[in-house]
Amino acid sequence: MSTTVDMFRYVRDENVEASPPPNLARGPIAWMRENLFSGPFNTILTLVVLYLLYVSIPPLVEFLFINAVWTGADRDACRAETAGHPVGACWAFVIDKINYFVYGSYPATERWRVDGFFALLAIGVVWLLWLRAPRRDLGAVYFFWLFPLLSYILLTGGNWDFRDSFWIGFIVFSILLVAGIALAARALKTSMRAGLIVGIGIVAVIGITLALVEIDWGLEHVPTALWGGILVTLLVATVGIVFSLPFGILLALGRRSKLPVVRLASVIFIEFVRGVPLITVLIMANTMLPLFLPGDMTVDRLARPLVGVAFFASAYMAEVVRGGLQAMPKGQYEGAMSLGLNYPQMMILIILPQALRIVIPGIVNTFIGLFKDTSLVAIVGIFDLVKTIEASRIDPNWAAPTISYTGYAFAAFFYFIFCWGMSRYSLGVERRLAAGQRH
Amino acid sequence: MKKALVSIAFGLTASLFATGASAQATLNSVKQKGFLTCGSNTGLAGFGVPDAQGNWTGLDVDLCRAIAAAIFDDPTKVRYIPLAAKDRFTALQSGEVDVLSRNSTHTMSRDTQLGLDFPTINYYDGQGFMVRKSLGVSSAKELDGASICTQQGTTTELNLADYFRANNMKYEVVAFATSDETFKAYDSGRCDAFTTDASGLYAERLRASAPDDHVVLPEIISKEPLGPAVRHGDDQWADIVRWTHNAMLNAEELGVTKANVDQMKTSENPEIKRLLGSEGKFGEAIGLTNDWAYRIIKNVGNYGEIFEANVGEGSRLKIKRGQNALWTKGGLQYGIPIR
Repeated sequence: MSTTVDMFRYVRDENVEASPPPNLARGPIAWMRENLFSGPFNTILTLVVLYLLYVSIPPLVEFLFINAVWTGADRDACRAETAGHPVGACWAFVIDKINYFVYGSYPATERWRVDGFFALLAIGVVWLLWLRAPRRDLGAVYFFWLFPLLSYILLTGGNWDFRDSFWIGFIVFSILLVAGIALAARALKTSMRAGLIVGIGIVAVIGITLALVEIDWGLEHVPTALWGGILVTLLVATVGIVFSLPFGILLALGRRSKLPVVRLASVIFIEFVRGVPLITVLIMANTMLPLFLPGDMTVDRLARPLVGVAFFASAYMAEVVRGGLQAMPKGQYEGAMSLGLNYPQMMILIILPQALRIVIPGIVNTFIGLFKDTSLVAIVGIFDLVKTIEASRIDPNWAAPTISYTGYAFAAFFYFIFCWGMSRYSLGVERRLAAGQRH
Repeated sequence: MKKALVSIAFGLTASLFATGASAQATLNSVKQKGFLTCGSNTGLAGFGVPDAQGNWTGLDVDLCRAIAAAIFDDPTKVRYIPLAAKDRFTALQSGEVDVLSRNSTHTMSRDTQLGLDFPTINYYDGQGFMVRKSLGVSSAKELDGASICTQQGTTTELNLADYFRANNMKYEVVAFATSDETFKAYDSGRCDAFTTDASGLYAERLRASAPDDHVVLPEIISKEPLGPAVRHGDDQWADIVRWTHNAMLNAEELGVTKANVDQMKTSENPEIKRLLGSEGKFGEAIGLTNDWAYRIIKNVGNYGEIFEANVGEGSRLKIKRGQNALWTKGGLQYGIPIR
């Protein structure tokens, strides 16, 4: 008997290559069968949609790009009979007016200050939104305090003139405030040191703000009546966003507070503001307010809608945040309390981070809505982007049949880019934050 | 102009709350501020439009520049506050603007009930018609049976009805919500004629796909005297606005222009001497310096010049002087004598 068997062995040391699926089950044809023509109903839908695309896309592309006019000095460039070919969008008009669309009537020699504002805004946005940026806590301080302050000084010129008596009053007020907070901390049996730190912090922030505003930076004063265009659109949106999130959170907490006065005040504010259309708020602020004020006292024309928009956005934000707070299980509150955390600690460390994460889509939705609502300020004569376009399109130098369409198309691009960006960003954040929650 | 009812409602409410702002001497407050605040249109071709750099230009804007020139000898010392039709009068009443120069129609109710004064008329407008040349019509009287594009719910629509009824003609009205839609409809051939204020007709014609195919008919069927407005009760300020316009009219009549005003200073013509301040103390009488009119003409120009530059032959609109010609040339602009 031999121990080895010499026989023909057939052992394959590699897998047989899989044969391709049948032609009907792969490639674009299969994909189309599966996704576009999977039944009579879907087939009809697909055909209808294809037809609609066929009807709308080629003329749109033709209008916006192929027949578009890119260069030219006046209306002759954008009229079919003088240009000698069919004319679509007249981008030359937008190029000619672009300075007005971006800066409004802001004095030409001072426009670098507006560019500075855009840069500051970009820094703040990137710092806060780029999740791996260093020191994002400082970013928040920058965005919610330093950035509004610097922008204000940059855009208006700052250089307020406080009297000495004002500073004396401020010092007295500061001492009272710090003492009050410290005493309150003591009465609530929390650490007095923490109370002092908070009090001094608040006073320092207000003091530095006022001091910076008073310093003469040598910038020429630019009245807000001259601001316009994208500057105003971004400004209104930014003010709305910067104010609405913190105030909205405070209002939401107030509405769920156990203190009846705080709760009632929050409910009244939220319900009142939500119950009134933004247009009404704007018209009240711009048309009626001056009549109720004494003759020599006026509130800045741009500040009025800014305050209106900030209030309005805060009320909506409050309801979004409240949704998040209500979604938190009771156990989270109880767990926090059993750890011995006080109310601010519980909210800041445990509840809000979870609650806000739940409502990110709602918050972004509110921001997008707010961003587009800024165009309503045009109704009260504030020259935002849409209004500058409307004022320019009637310019006789550019009177041509497609000017209006071109102007509005430009506005549409602008709004779309910003809103789409916001929406994509929020999707990304949601995906990232939800990573730990997926099962 | 069109939303008269709304403005009146607003204005009535407003006058109930109107504060003491109007009692202050506006001239003093303007001098103190160092600039004039001028309520301007938010955009009307030829009358108040921003240029590519955002500077306001137009016939109404030039009136503000002229007032600033008379006070400060510097036409740039104006701050423009663009006002929508519905808040223009409240802005004036509340003291937010010193003068409203924004193609506002002077009517009795506005003059008497809103606490306003209309010191002068700087543009005589009125509703007119535009038709296609191919229609072969040369007068509005021949529009019997025509379809007419107009904007819904405006006085234009009412004037139209009155005119056709008075002339015993039939017509078909095709109304749209916005002026844009209305003109698009006319341009695409939806109706035979298009009607709005005459100054607007010229501006719209420029936007037509073939401007030369359209013609503005000579008939004007309504009266729209457009002028600046000031708060009631400050007579000195109203005088300044009134005489600023009249100085420009007189300058045109006397042949004093921006270019020749310096030579004219040595003219022996007593009327020119009084106008330019080398004789009499007319400027001081309204709280200004005696060379107030010289400053206006030197910095801004006479009425004819600003008309041609903004809406007339020097502009794209090419509006004829028509009713806005000097009275010596068959128009309605009549410079009240300075003496």
